Amino acid sequence: MAVTSVTPGADLRSLDVAAMLKEAGATAVVVFALTIGLVAFKTLDVPGGIGIETRFADVAMCMALAFFGRIALVLLREHRPYPVMAVALTFAIILTASLLSGQIFGPAAEAQMKMFLPFKAVIVSWIICVLAWSFAIRAAILMRHQGVSVLRDEREAMMDRVGAAVQRYSRFLGPALLAFAIVFPLLPFVDRRFLDLGILALTYIMLGWGLNIVVGLAGLLDLGYVAFYAVGAYSYALLATHFELSFWICLPFAGIMAAFAGLLLGFPVLRLRGDYLAIVTLGFGEMVRIILLNWYEFTNGPDGIGGIARPSFFGIPFKRNAPEGTETFHQMFGLEYSTLHKFVFLYFVILTLGLITNLFTIRIRKLPVGRAWEALREDEIACRSLGINPRNTKLTAFAIGAMFAGFAGSFFATRQTFISPESFVFLESAIILGIVVLGGFGSQVGVVLATGILIVLPELIRELHQYRMLAFGAVMVLIMLWRPSGLLAHREPTIKLGQGDKRGGEP
Amino acid sequence: MAYFVQQVINGMTLGMIYGLIAIGYTMVYGIIGMINFAHGEIFMIGAFAAIITFLVLGIVGITWVPLALLLMLMVTMILTPFYGWTLERVAYRPLRGSPRLAALITAIGMSIFLQNYVQLLQSARNKPLQPLVRGGVEVMREGNFVVSLSYMQMIIIVVTLVLMVVFSLIIARTRLGRAQRACEQDRDMAALIGVDVDRTISLTFVMGAALAGVAGIMFLLYYGVIDFFIGFLAGIKAFTAAVLGGIGSLPGAMLGGILIGMIEALWSGYFSVEYKDVAAFSILILVLIFRPTGLLGKPDIEKV
Repeated sequence: MAVTSVTPGADLRSLDVAAMLKEAGATAVVVFALTIGLVAFKTLDVPGGIGIETRFADVAMCMALAFFGRIALVLLREHRPYPVMAVALTFAIILTASLLSGQIFGPAAEAQMKMFLPFKAVIVSWIICVLAWSFAIRAAILMRHQGVSVLRDEREAMMDRVGAAVQRYSRFLGPALLAFAIVFPLLPFVDRRFLDLGILALTYIMLGWGLNIVVGLAGLLDLGYVAFYAVGAYSYALLATHFELSFWICLPFAGIMAAFAGLLLGFPVLRLRGDYLAIVTLGFGEMVRIILLNWYEFTNGPDGIGGIARPSFFGIPFKRNAPEGTETFHQMFGLEYSTLHKFVFLYFVILTLGLITNLFTIRIRKLPVGRAWEALREDEIACRSLGINPRNTKLTAFAIGAMFAGFAGSFFATRQTFISPESFVFLESAIILGIVVLGGFGSQVGVVLATGILIVLPELIRELHQYRMLAFGAVMVLIMLWRPSGLLAHREPTIKLGQGDKRGGEP
Repeated sequence: MAYFVQQVINGMTLGMIYGLIAIGYTMVYGIIGMINFAHGEIFMIGAFAAIITFLVLGIVGITWVPLALLLMLMVTMILTPFYGWTLERVAYRPLRGSPRLAALITAIGMSIFLQNYVQLLQSARNKPLQPLVRGGVEVMREGNFVVSLSYMQMIIIVVTLVLMVVFSLIIARTRLGRAQRACEQDRDMAALIGVDVDRTISLTFVMGAALAGVAGIMFLLYYGVIDFFIGFLAGIKAFTAAVLGGIGSLPGAMLGGILIGMIEALWSGYFSVEYKDVAAFSILILVLIFRPTGLLGKPDIEKV
């Protein structure tokens, strides 16, 4: 693009307005090309075919936004924060006020403020609002730094420090998080919805920790992790419905079955390099799903398996009325009957399973096999020359990762009491991998943080509902752009040689 | 025998579509070494752009089929490259030189984003299109079974072959192609001798997106129905095709595409339709066990 950026210090040379407008114009043209097809025309379902409806105003609005947004970016780059600040702040305040007016001043005010919102869809107004705020914040940063914007390297260094701090304080942070997790279901404001959300989050955290063994420690790119999750879920569901075995007996079986599936896949394919492995695991995930979908006699196909037994409290059921001669949970502990007990118990089950995964990972990193995984991730050839068998080492990582997915799967089956192949699509694998990578490789706390951002946050913001996945994709991209190595990525060398200058040498 | 020939013709047609998408994967992989997961979505957007163009043409009053097809092809080949270019500029360029998984995650994120973007804008319903090209020729006859090659299949095969030749020539003969091959071998070195690496990579995405757009039109015309989710399955099939043929190799992508198409058609014809994808992936795994770099891929030399 035509406008060159100014080096810090050489501020405020004259602004090339023509170049700026040209750049903004080019952006608007690109946005025009992007929106003219899909935004300008909406296909409608009419009897006997499809018709279209036009939305040219929206295209014009998008172009205008792109044009002025680009001008704002150029102005910030050329160290002129004041006009950007003024315009962005005005927009941000008006939009925020209009968007929140309904909640603060009631519906009458909301109707009046509607005229300030250019788009019909509220989410678009929210996006513009957030963009305006971010421009204002960037302008403010620029003003404070007196002409030097926050550079990418500085940001990286800052996040590195955060990552290092988290690692340093993980000794306290871990138990604090754990304590919160234990107390959480007993807090007074926690109702069924929060409890479900907690269970969901913990399931993803456990899956994230499990996948972290494969991707984070052993460095094997697995895009089909959900296959093992599915194997675990179906193992439990089939064992429980056909043989009426209890959850606690089936759990290890589900883990073993999933680990076995991991071995079955891993044995032929683990000598493939990174991306080849990725596509094969992705294919395997799809294969498992297709088989579950079509093997009607065995898995009941798309109809799924229902009526899966919930776990009992080591043999004591959660029911209002016990059958003859037995006691239910609330009778035994002398509690008032509540449907919540069941969910609190499920919550603690998944918490325990998650903690086992975490503890296992932390411990195995210090064992020879764990060290071999990490070494293999860094340099396979060096490992081979040291006598480490790459295939067996990778196979153990793959199988152990799969085993934890199997545990999580059987928990999923018992929580839902109904499973179908719908729950095991590629998107799930992508979400779990996203959690691991966004959190920062190999960082256990990072997985928790990423789950919070990707799973819990969208559930809490109810306005998002139909835009949930759109926002999910966008957030995945934005976080990666903001911090490519993952939010809490930080790798402390195990051994330091001397205490040289930190900024010298290779990072 | 006749049945077999018919399945081969069907598989060939399908394989051409996969091959066109696979070229985009393989070119991008060759030049920046990343799986462009959102490429399947560009194919899907191409199909949507085509159906919208057709509807607009209907309103304007252009109903002569050859002209309409030509205009659809042109509009789609102009619009999808913008998506390819923007994708690279927004989501991949800032991450060049970052850990490879970061680019993979943004690619998956972009794929989810684009799918939902189209779903929100165009609704989740199937979009049907009446067949525009009817009829065909009889290839052979065996008893009552007539093997036919429809005009649509002919168009698909011819257009794909023409595009294949054009793109091979671009890569083999032009300055841009030379720059692309240079970047593929060594990006830093190419930059040192004056190749504009950013521009070359952008143009690679543009070319790939244009081909994916064409594949989208063909899919729309061949099957007559699209939805926002077609990009996923077509995308992973095409990527499978690229890997099967040897990723980074242009003829390999085409060969892989045709093979995957054939496997699917023959498997559906002789065994069961439900498990055609399982068959395709199983063949991929089998091939990779014996040839870890695909059929036409160059063996990977490990240097220490």
